[in-house]
Amino acid sequence: MSAESVPKHPMRHLSDKAITRLRSGAELPDLNGTRYRLIGQVARGGMGVVYAAEDKLLQRRVALKVLDGSGSEGELANRLMREARVLALLEHPGIVPVHEVGTLADGSVFYTMKFVEGKRLDQHIESVDSTPDRLRIFVRICDAVAFAHDRGVLHRDLKPANVMVGPFGEVLVMDWGLAKILADVTGAEPNRHGDSIPRLPADGNDGNSSGTLHGRVMGTPGYMSPEQASGKIELLDARSDIFSLGAILRYLLTEHLPAGPSSQRARALDAICAKACALEREDRYAAVQDLAADVSRHLDGLAVSAHSESIFDKLARFYRQYRFFIWLIAAYLLMRVLLIVVVKH
Amino acid sequence: MNKILLGLLIGAVLGAVDGCTAWFYPEVRAQLAGIIVGSTIKGLIAGVAAGIFARKVNSVLLGIMFGLAVGFVLAFLVAYMQHDHYIAIILPGSVGLIVGYATQKYGATPATAR
Repeated sequence: MSAESVPKHPMRHLSDKAITRLRSGAELPDLNGTRYRLIGQVARGGMGVVYAAEDKLLQRRVALKVLDGSGSEGELANRLMREARVLALLEHPGIVPVHEVGTLADGSVFYTMKFVEGKRLDQHIESVDSTPDRLRIFVRICDAVAFAHDRGVLHRDLKPANVMVGPFGEVLVMDWGLAKILADVTGAEPNRHGDSIPRLPADGNDGNSSGTLHGRVMGTPGYMSPEQASGKIELLDARSDIFSLGAILRYLLTEHLPAGPSSQRARALDAICAKACALEREDRYAAVQDLAADVSRHLDGLAVSAHSESIFDKLARFYRQYRFFIWLIAAYLLMRVLLIVVVKH
Repeated sequence: MNKILLGLLIGAVLGAVDGCTAWFYPEVRAQLAGIIVGSTIKGLIAGVAAGIFARKVNSVLLGIMFGLAVGFVLAFLVAYMQHDHYIAIILPGSVGLIVGYATQKYGATPATAR
């Protein structure tokens, strides 16, 4: 038989475009046997891929997060399952709610959560020119993180890209894949408000349950606290997240914001950022609530704990706060003096 | 501080200041103490009225107008009893404008019952 008579392999005739299409099709999760229908890919992270899917039963759109690669065993699968459990524990308006967790036909672990329509914080603030509006968003991020801390959960990867702002201004803290559970208790546990709340088993510092090994650095440079960046996970506590929040606050106060004159207000906000991002943990705010309270006080025109004011600063702040009222009193007194002068003459 | 107490304090202070200006009129200087007390009471009444109004109505413009009206009515009554110094008494009735504004902008509103 001559070489010319050997039939060519059919794959040789596939175009690059077709191969690309086949490859992307093969990467899509197989949702057969589930109640979900795939709509499209939304985002890809280090651990998994997030897809938009339709819940056929409830006829609503959900976000479906599935491991990047099949298999229900292994560290990544455990981490994804753990992330879903952490989200289930954190029922708060500022934290995306999880709907279901399970395994696909090919063995991939997945969970579904609320589909958040909106923009990432770093994209959203491009259209927010007002510093008070940005601070109000920041306070809402703090509320969600404070709630998680109250439940004994550290986020460990707070950054603008992990915060979503919805079309109605709702603020949601996302991506709890690196979360660390601090509370060393299991089962129902009363919180500081006296409510009985469920808790997950605490992560050990050896990484047995969280997959975080000593010396292993996980997080985002620029937003990680020094102790997190150096891999000292036994030192991580609420103050590590406070460092990240301080970095977010600095980002909100500098990025895409029209340059304004330096003022007492800017000094107070700088002091808040500096305190939140202090290199030593002991110099930072002790709790997220304290950081949020300082920002709220600043929004209300009050003194902040991070910045000690001179008497002139205090007078200037008082004048700013009661400017119109002070002018009213001044106008009244002037009218009184003029009246006396006019009557006397 | 609640709105009524705020109105009361501002009204009293401004009323007392208003009364003290009578010192500049030698013909009434002898009755200075009585004028200060009367003017303070007038300010108190205007302040409390503006404070009560602010608890019911949440509008800076209406608050100012109400305070102004109460201030002028009280001042007119005083001037009417004096039959003299109409301008010198009624014009400072604009102190009601200040308490009207202050009680609308500042002071705590009582929490709504659940």
